[in-house]
Amino acid sequence: MSDPHSLSTADLIARLNGGETTSRALVEHSLARIAELNPTINAFVSTDAESALAAADAIDARRSAGESLGLLQGLPLGLKDNICRQGAATTCGSRMLNNFQPPYDAHVVERIQAEDGIVIGKLNLDEFAMGSTTETSVHGVTRNPANTDHTPGGSSGGSAAAVAAGMVPLALGSDTGGSIRQPASFCGVVGLKPTYGRVSRYGLVAFASSLDQIGPLAKDTYGAALLLQTIAGHDQRDSTSVDHPVDNYMTAATTARENLRIGVVKDHYTDGLSDDVRAAIESQLEAYKSAGATLVDIELPHAKYAVATYYLIAPSEASSNLARYDGIHYGHRSEQFDPATDNLVDLYCQSRAEGFGPEVKRRIMLGTYALSAGYYDAYYLKALKVRRRIREDFDKAFQHVDVIAGPVAPSTAFPIGDKADDPLALYLSDIYTLSANLAGIPGISIPLAAAPSGLPIGLQLQAPAFAESTLLAAASCCG
Amino acid sequence: MDIEEVRKVASLARLSLSEEELATYGEQLTRILGYVKVLDEVDIEGVDPMPHAVDLQNVFREDAETESLPREDALSNACKTDGQYFQVPQILDQKD
Repeated sequence: MSDPHSLSTADLIARLNGGETTSRALVEHSLARIAELNPTINAFVSTDAESALAAADAIDARRSAGESLGLLQGLPLGLKDNICRQGAATTCGSRMLNNFQPPYDAHVVERIQAEDGIVIGKLNLDEFAMGSTTETSVHGVTRNPANTDHTPGGSSGGSAAAVAAGMVPLALGSDTGGSIRQPASFCGVVGLKPTYGRVSRYGLVAFASSLDQIGPLAKDTYGAALLLQTIAGHDQRDSTSVDHPVDNYMTAATTARENLRIGVVKDHYTDGLSDDVRAAIESQLEAYKSAGATLVDIELPHAKYAVATYYLIAPSEASSNLARYDGIHYGHRSEQFDPATDNLVDLYCQSRAEGFGPEVKRRIMLGTYALSAGYYDAYYLKALKVRRRIREDFDKAFQHVDVIAGPVAPSTAFPIGDKADDPLALYLSDIYTLSANLAGIPGISIPLAAAPSGLPIGLQLQAPAFAESTLLAAASCCG
Repeated sequence: MDIEEVRKVASLARLSLSEEELATYGEQLTRILGYVKVLDEVDIEGVDPMPHAVDLQNVFREDAETESLPREDALSNACKTDGQYFQVPQILDQKD
């Protein structure tokens, strides 16, 4: 058999079913790839070979006995390290949680196990998923497999890099403002952010609760559909999880959709978009047209306010969510504490100062300010009103089109260290992905032909809430 | 933001920051807050705030007894416990 990492997800499943390979062989191959490549790429922050091999053997035994298996059929995969797995360190890339071992499984982990997926280990991220370069983790920088002088994007940079490097065929990430789609674009893999409420957030370490969604990264559209099928659905333990029927995503991803109406936003193509990305997107739009799709000019007049809106709402929610880290119930507790002179509040302040890195502190400060007395109306409340304007733009646009196509990011992957000193410049590069989170709609990044530099470029497609099937059908046209 | 304002926010956020950090965050936050002023252009007259992507009303569930996390597991990540409770520094009869 050719190397498993060069096979499509559908081929891997077919070979497992046909007895040409085993889960053990795939897990061993993953572990070997990780041993070979991870010292350079630094995508995985922890692995659990023993439990993965034991799980593979158990699945192989059931397959041999003729039992029918779950959707994932014994495929190996990785989890972004902000997704709780019982007994496995879940660090969020932060000193704050460096010794945290969740006493329970996330909903998505239960679903993966129920569908016979095998968790190989945990994947690197920007600290608490706040960032777009995977440079701020306590575990160090993750590198882009396409060019190791470049970042993989973020915050799910470990997930995207692991799939791109062939360490695992599938991975889970989380997307609060583009954290699945942008690294997928930078690394040349498929990444899908589901509709808000499509996937339970139970067991996802909270960053901005009205924006966070867990979603799949995969080497191809079918793999993303397979993993979405596994994790989608209602869960009572997340009261924002929506009880809405789950489509057959694998069928959607393999069925050509005729007469697709694709919305194109002129404002996406103004200054700031690199020529390489523009050329790749335009060429893909032409390909869609040749395949029978109709391109429709649409307007999203408030999309340009997405960065300002998001960077008030997300830090506000983060400052509230991260207030739980007090050094008492779990997480880092400072040793710099003198009971004779310090009180409990000093312990909180010192533990948090030591446990959080600079970007997390910056966002906590920004959010605390935006929510503080006297500023709430001018910042947070105003942002919530503009958020509705952004949502209304999408509602109008989707009366005329099935999907909206455009760039994921203004450029290809940033060089490592490039934007470390300019937070606002980095925030501005999120312009194309933030709106989907604010509006709660799904989005996907699919790889196009790489730039002349060799760095990957992704196409973003967005669809109305709960229209993941449309997204996957439209995505499958280009691979 | 002046340095006293930054100091106040840090205190609200329960972060003990060095003078250097206060200065850096003050400068960066001022730039970011300057940028978000762009929202003043948007007509938000009569627009309802959108705190959430899904218009959810109250979500109810059966008030049924279920198992909760065993005490040992709940305490397993704590920095200090006496085996039964989380331990914190004494908070009464201390300085304010």
